[in-house]
Order: sequence, then structure tokens, then C-alpha cells
Amino acid sequence: MTTVSADSAQPIIRQFIHSAINLDGVKDDDNLFAAGIVNSLFAVQLTTFVETRFGLELGMEDLDIENFKSIAATAAFVARKAAAAPA
Amino acid sequence: MSFRRVAVVGVGNIGSTVVADLVLHGVPALGVESTPAAAEAAQAAVLKAIRFAPLLLPALPKISRNEALARLRLTSDLSEVSDCDFIIENVTEDWAVKEPLYRRLDELAAPGVCFGANTSCIAIGRIAAATRRPDRVVGMHLMNPAYLKPTVEVIRGQETSDQTLQAVNSLFAQLGKQAVVVGDMPGFVSNRISHLFMNEAALVLQDGLASADQIDLIFRNCFGHKMGPLATADLIGVDTVVRSLDVLYDAYRDPKYKACALLRSMADSGRCGVKTGRGFHSYPAFLP
Repeated sequence: MTTVSADSAQPIIRQFIHSAINLDGVKDDDNLFAAGIVNSLFAVQLTTFVETRFGLELGMEDLDIENFKSIAATAAFVARKAAAAPA
Repeated sequence: MSFRRVAVVGVGNIGSTVVADLVLHGVPALGVESTPAAAEAAQAAVLKAIRFAPLLLPALPKISRNEALARLRLTSDLSEVSDCDFIIENVTEDWAVKEPLYRRLDELAAPGVCFGANTSCIAIGRIAAATRRPDRVVGMHLMNPAYLKPTVEVIRGQETSDQTLQAVNSLFAQLGKQAVVVGDMPGFVSNRISHLFMNEAALVLQDGLASADQIDLIFRNCFGHKMGPLATADLIGVDTVVRSLDVLYDAYRDPKYKACALLRSMADSGRCGVKTGRGFHSYPAFLP
């Protein structure tokens, strides 16, 4: 597993989210779900993207909305998960 | 009344979420699809729904793949429904498909088994008349995704018995759902109204009044709807919405149910919403 930092993951996740929701002005720390920017079903799209794009296998314990609530939170989760993955 | 095994015939877009709902609530489920390949794809969809359900609704149990598989069987052999004590029919909204299916289910199922028709628009009386057990046929308009919805529109046909209503109430109680029992006319309450919203929203887009994002934003932020009408059409499937509008138009002969050209052209070109990755909005993670 190649190490992914939050800094390197963040622009990739930002681009995915911006292209999917087509709304300007979404900041990296905005809570996407609480602010009603996306509905909860978007979480499935986002987690599917994270698994595919970063080659991560998410377990049941990873599927917590807190891990995907914002662009920054998702990037931090990706970095943590990649660091914990076996080499 | 507890259920030993519930069959879901037709495990597509919404059917997969109905099977997932049963399994998540500990009800053993048999999913029936038309071919072995479709059954295999349906199993993957059900397992995906079970996996993601607690992410969307944390109150739902997290169950492992193996636990789910122990309560779940997917098959392309319709005769396996003979082992089930309730059957939910969930096939395409097309009478030419539904009628022969109900005749076959009537032959296969034990006499006391109730049929729940998860239809969007077809009248329950019409379905019941295709069977020799009209008193045991009830409509159930489960919405997508079924495991997130606490309420179900239940349709009582002219012949539906009190015992059948008790059975369906008991099933939904096990799924943590409240049933709202309404009368039987095509489209019932929900789709007679919701499909007008979706059709008119597509017309507004077609007329260039506003973008799809703006239309949905108005419904979300001004009306407080969870989703706008165009995102809802994407979730249901634009092709399914067109089919339902056609059924409503055939039933009422009212031009207000005529599907607009944009909806029909999107359905014809495979721009069907979430399931194809593109609809009124784009769903890049779900592109084939």
C-alpha cells in the first residue's frame, strides 16, 4: 500500500465532491450532511469512490458518517486508513 | 405472527433494498430474479445495501457478510417461493409482466400465503383478480431505499381481508415500519401526487426556467423536502418514472399525467439516474 497523506488526498476528494454536487463555495471543513449540501445517500457514492480511488478496503467499523462528513474529514480518514493498511 | 421466510420476487433497484431491510431485521429472505446472472447481481446489490445501511441510518444493525448470507438466498427458480409464508412482488411496472407472474405465484404458493404487491401505480383490485385469492392480495408501496423509510403506504383493495391487513401490519411491525392504509386507485396517494411533481419539474427544466440544481434546491430549502423532485426521479430511475406516468395516463386519461418529452428522451437514451450514473444530476461513482 502506497502511503497517502491527508494533504495529497484532499484535492482528489475535493475534486470528486465538487464534480458530484456541482455547487460552488463548498469549503473543506463544511459538514456536507449537516448543512444539507448532500443527502445521506451521497455517503454511499463517497465511500465507494474512496475505496476505488485509494485502493482501500473499508470494514464495518469504518462506515461511520463522521469519517466522511467533510472534505477534510474524508482526507484525514483516507490517510489514517492507508497508514494502517498492511504494506 | 412471525415469518419463517419472506420471498421478494424482483430484486432490482428497490427490491434489493427490500431484501436488505428484511435481512437487517432478522427476517430470512428469498430473492427471486429472472436469470442466474440477474440473481447473482441482485445478491451483490443486497449485500452492498446491507453493508451501507448503518452508515445511512446508524440505528440499523451492522451485520457481517456471513451473517447476511445465512439469512439470505437469491435464486432464479420461482418455484422456491412455495417454501415462503409471505410473498412481496416487486417486478417491473408492466401489466404484461405482472399478470402471468401472479397466475404462476398463485399456483406455487400455499393457499394461506398473502401477496404484497409493491406496485407504484397499478390498482390492487386488478392484480387480485389475476389470482384465486383476491382476499389475500394487498398493495404495499415501499419506497427507495426501503430500509431507510419508517412508513409504508399500504393499499387495501376491494377484496383485501382484515386477516391480510393484520399479516402485512405484522410484517411491517417486524421491520419497524408504520403502515398507512389507503384506498385503491391507480397511483394511490403518493404516486398520483409525486409523479406530477417530477413531471412538472422536468418540464420546468425543459422550458429553461431553471437548472436541475436550482429546482431541487428550491424544494429542499424552501419546502423542506429531503430531496428535490429531479433527484427523486434519479433515485427511482427516470425510466421507472416514465413507466409509472404511462400507467397513470392509461388509467385516468388525464393529460396531466403525460410524461414530458425530456423525461421520455432521457429514459430512451439510458440517462436513468443513479443506477446508470447519470440522470438530471451526475453520480460519477456509479458510472458503469
